[in-house]
Amino acid sequence: MAEFVRLDSSTSRHTMDKSITLPPDEIFRNLENAKRFAIDIGGSLTKLAYYSTVQHKVAKVRSFDKATKVNIPLYEISVQEEVTARLHFIKFENAYIETCLDFIKDHLVNTETKVIKATGGGAHKFKELIERKLGLKVDKEDEMTCLIKGCNFVLRNIPHEAFVYAKHADSEFRFQTTQPDIFPYLLVNIGSGVSIVKVESEDKFERIGGSSIGGGTFWGLGALLTKTKRFDELLQLASKGQHTSVDMLVKDIYGGSYGSLGLTGDLIASSFGKSATADKEFSKEDMAKSLLHMISNDIGQLACLYAKLHNLSRVYFGGFFIRGHPVTMHTITYSINFFTKGEVQALFLRHEGYLGAIGAFLKGAEEDNPNQYSWGENYAGSSGLMSVSPDMNPMQRARSGTFDMLEMDRLERQLVNLPLLQDPSSYIPDTMDLTEDALAREYWLYCFEEALDGVVKRAVASQPDMPEAAERAEKFRQKYRHKLQTLRHQPFAYGSLTVRSLLDTREHCLNEFNFPDPYSKIKQNENDIALKYYQKAVKSLEELSWEERQFALVRGVLAGNVFDWGAKAVSEMTLGPQIWHLGLIYLFIFFSSERPWLVDSYDQWLERLRGPPHKCALFFVDNSGVDIILGVIPFVRELLSRGTEVVLASNSGPALNDVTNGELQILTERIAAMDPVIQAGLREDRLTLVQSGSSSPCLDLSRLDKVLAQVVRERQTDLVIIEGMGRAIHTNYYAMLSCESLKMAVIKNSWLADRLGGKLFSVVFKYEVPAGKPSQGSAAVTPS
Amino acid sequence: NKSKSFPWFGMDIGGTLVKLVYFEPVDITAEEEQEEVENLKSIRRYLTSNVAYGKTGVRDVHLELRNLTMCGRTGNLHFIRFPTQAMPRFIQMGHDKNFSSLHTTLCATGGGAYKFENDFRTMADLELLKLDELDCLIRGLLYVDRVGFNGHPECYYFQNPSDTQSCVKKPCTLEDPFPMLLVNIGSGVSILAVYSENNYKRVTGTSLGGGTFLGLCCLLTGCETFEEALEMASKGDSTNVDKLVKDIYGGDYERFGLQGSAVASSFGHMMSKEKRDSISKEDLARATLVTITNNIGSIARMCAVNEKIERVVFVGNFLRINTVSTKLLAYAMDFWSKGQLRALFLEHEGYFGAVGALMELLKTTEDP
Repeated sequence: MAEFVRLDSSTSRHTMDKSITLPPDEIFRNLENAKRFAIDIGGSLTKLAYYSTVQHKVAKVRSFDKATKVNIPLYEISVQEEVTARLHFIKFENAYIETCLDFIKDHLVNTETKVIKATGGGAHKFKELIERKLGLKVDKEDEMTCLIKGCNFVLRNIPHEAFVYAKHADSEFRFQTTQPDIFPYLLVNIGSGVSIVKVESEDKFERIGGSSIGGGTFWGLGALLTKTKRFDELLQLASKGQHTSVDMLVKDIYGGSYGSLGLTGDLIASSFGKSATADKEFSKEDMAKSLLHMISNDIGQLACLYAKLHNLSRVYFGGFFIRGHPVTMHTITYSINFFTKGEVQALFLRHEGYLGAIGAFLKGAEEDNPNQYSWGENYAGSSGLMSVSPDMNPMQRARSGTFDMLEMDRLERQLVNLPLLQDPSSYIPDTMDLTEDALAREYWLYCFEEALDGVVKRAVASQPDMPEAAERAEKFRQKYRHKLQTLRHQPFAYGSLTVRSLLDTREHCLNEFNFPDPYSKIKQNENDIALKYYQKAVKSLEELSWEERQFALVRGVLAGNVFDWGAKAVSEMTLGPQIWHLGLIYLFIFFSSERPWLVDSYDQWLERLRGPPHKCALFFVDNSGVDIILGVIPFVRELLSRGTEVVLASNSGPALNDVTNGELQILTERIAAMDPVIQAGLREDRLTLVQSGSSSPCLDLSRLDKVLAQVVRERQTDLVIIEGMGRAIHTNYYAMLSCESLKMAVIKNSWLADRLGGKLFSVVFKYEVPAGKPSQGSAAVTPS
Repeated sequence: NKSKSFPWFGMDIGGTLVKLVYFEPVDITAEEEQEEVENLKSIRRYLTSNVAYGKTGVRDVHLELRNLTMCGRTGNLHFIRFPTQAMPRFIQMGHDKNFSSLHTTLCATGGGAYKFENDFRTMADLELLKLDELDCLIRGLLYVDRVGFNGHPECYYFQNPSDTQSCVKKPCTLEDPFPMLLVNIGSGVSILAVYSENNYKRVTGTSLGGGTFLGLCCLLTGCETFEEALEMASKGDSTNVDKLVKDIYGGDYERFGLQGSAVASSFGHMMSKEKRDSISKEDLARATLVTITNNIGSIARMCAVNEKIERVVFVGNFLRINTVSTKLLAYAMDFWSKGQLRALFLEHEGYFGAVGALMELLKTTEDP
């Protein structure tokens, strides 16, 4: 339960000071090398931000100088310490500010830090306290500037940051895909008043309007009308009330609708119009509800008028009036729909509460140029969006004494779109949205929970020399299990729940507990064995006729893809006699998996191969061992022989038994030593290795290494090959590319196979040519 | 060319108020006088000799249009209002006075024309001619502006709206009135873009209108009438209730060009218990009035900019005896548009719908 750690009330009852021992690993993490503090103090919550460097272990591979000797492995695996940058954002109630400042003071080692950036209405009030406690000079930053900076940052770096709220839909949160260009947009910040800001670029924004009727009006007027003091309680009252007893509706005036204007009878004609009478009592609930409608409608209307005037369709709402409250998100959404007739959608942000702190931090960190890098949300260290359903229980929502956290890791590579996406703005990597599909969610959560024991075992086994590995693995188990439990109740916590996010969360948790690459030894072993068969495999392929060979090459890739330790059906086989079972499946797919396959456009592919060669193929590879060495490389070899350049894209960091860029470098060198075709390809720069920028078993084509995108563009890539279940089925199954594409995978999960209408170990071979773009020079290709 | 038989009424039944205009002919010939049935005579006498009817009916004597020629007849146009809540009693009176025997058409507009149609029929044996309220509003407004207010202009504006010292009401005419943005503030608010007498569109509306002001005032202060609410508002200070920009930033928010005196959060001070305990009812009434008025001004201004219309005409009974709001609207239009927009007001604020309904009656008379 790392993220919502309660302050120990037994020690904190009397004094809210140093008597509280906050678990440092779990809230204010990495304080020992923290720097560049920023703080955003709002009306009730404080948000603290800082930058730290995290030392963590990474697995590296290194080729032996002379690997010709027998009985030594192909390459050496070493675990090295690496330092990466991380951003920490922590949110807590203002009541704990003193305690937290003391804690920070006690644990802060870095003495270079002299200044703390501060923003928010409370920055002024707590200035003296902060300066006294921390000995840092408070440097105030403009609130709105911070807000916008923070907003740009999360929109750019966090996929699924923005969402549409739909109260009555299967999933209340509909996450938006990251737009290649986040500008321009409108930010409607509903604090005590309302500010409407038009943001045109990183540094260009303008407050184009506002309103004094905002959260403060709801709160202030609500407190007067209902004698209810707290904002949350007012919202709760509102959620139980009936506004029709207080408001004058169109039907109260007309007896029905006002047909000629298209105004329905239920429309509010006059807010509080029925309360202009002395002889009637109104319930608190009804008045609160009427007030909520009045304010939400009014803000929605103004936002629409400004959006229309400035011709903007992306409108984000934030501020304490909105902040995760389903009631206000619903009424604002309703209002926007009403006033724009659905033309504009109200958008909300998962990390809306952090924007000011992020912005203030960025202001202070300008010399580190944080905007030059890509950042990724660390699922292991972030709380995710809090549960707000099912009912508005203020006790549940109060989060008293809880700490909410967001951690962002600096990614080593800058990430961009694959230039070959047909429409980057509508590209959705994931095939299945588990937030919306309850059955699928149920299955996959179960599946990942089931697999947890195996993952823990594997993690321990990967570090035989470390006695404390078992303890760490146990912590990993608890953390990941807790994440799964959280996701069961709040599938929307980290954006749309997908198989990819579940896999990525597991990788983040493994890294968190220093298991950088649990499969390193297995991969090494597999690569070793597969290499021994490489020449033999190539030779037997060469003996085949052209047509037979094309088919064998495809079967080779598919059969090799069976060796996937991430897949449920495969991972359940322990490394023992059952490895033979796997071998049998390999043979089965290689020799007898009968066509037509589950998805089968092999004939079109073959026809295409009879035509002129492709200019350049980009191949996203999957597993180590048999897959890459005996499946992919021979296939690549054939492409090279046809005169097609090949770019092999592999993961930057480890994920399951997927081959990493580092490993692939060594493997290709070794193969080149045996195979003149590969050797010539490398030498002549017709075979290139690039890293994808990702460390995931899945593939997000909108977040790829900038270098990869550059290579793809330079080489005029006209064929994209995506291999494996994670990259071609869980993700990208429906991805539309602007060039030819080939998606190949074996379905190694019976549930998924069932969903797709096939059996376990069904084959997907999907060759696609974009509509209206016949492949060059080959008239024969007519994909069905 | 005998004109339609008397009495001539135009009625606008709104959410809160019923507005009734009555044409009192002053050119009645002796022959007509003789023919005039008794109950018609008594209606005329009742309406013209009183300024109050029952507990809640009021004749706005100061608005009377004298010696008006309508449809070939000369007479005085009387302006009467009573709460919509009194509608059942009114219908009952129609029954008691045997109104149906007069064979006149009762032209009615406003939502109540629909809501009470059946009651008129069953309780008083009266058939209403229902008319669209926005059609009537525009027609009535243009008519009254044309005939003027007993020799004076119907329309006015405020000179120097930004300066409370030198701000003065100035009469003007609506010459070449189109296009205009017409903001009708009744219980709720409708905003129309009017391009000609018959060409207009409803741009938008808001539920924060006169009904909201009165409703909230009743809840917050225990007052009972619009007059009472306005009286309190005139004595109150809204800055005790509202949070101003300077309350948050200590002065102007220069980054965004916001003056320290601008309201940042309406009722924003009321988040604090101490402040809640220290304010007066008058302050609350004033804050409610200012909040509603500013909001209408803000929406009207945005609509004017979106529709590219520079003239904004405010009407509706919310503006009756309400100089706080008219001046505030004039100021808001001028200030936020940097002098681009002009707010115009009309003396007969809320009666145009009823006048429009009456004109419809006369129109049907002219073309049988």
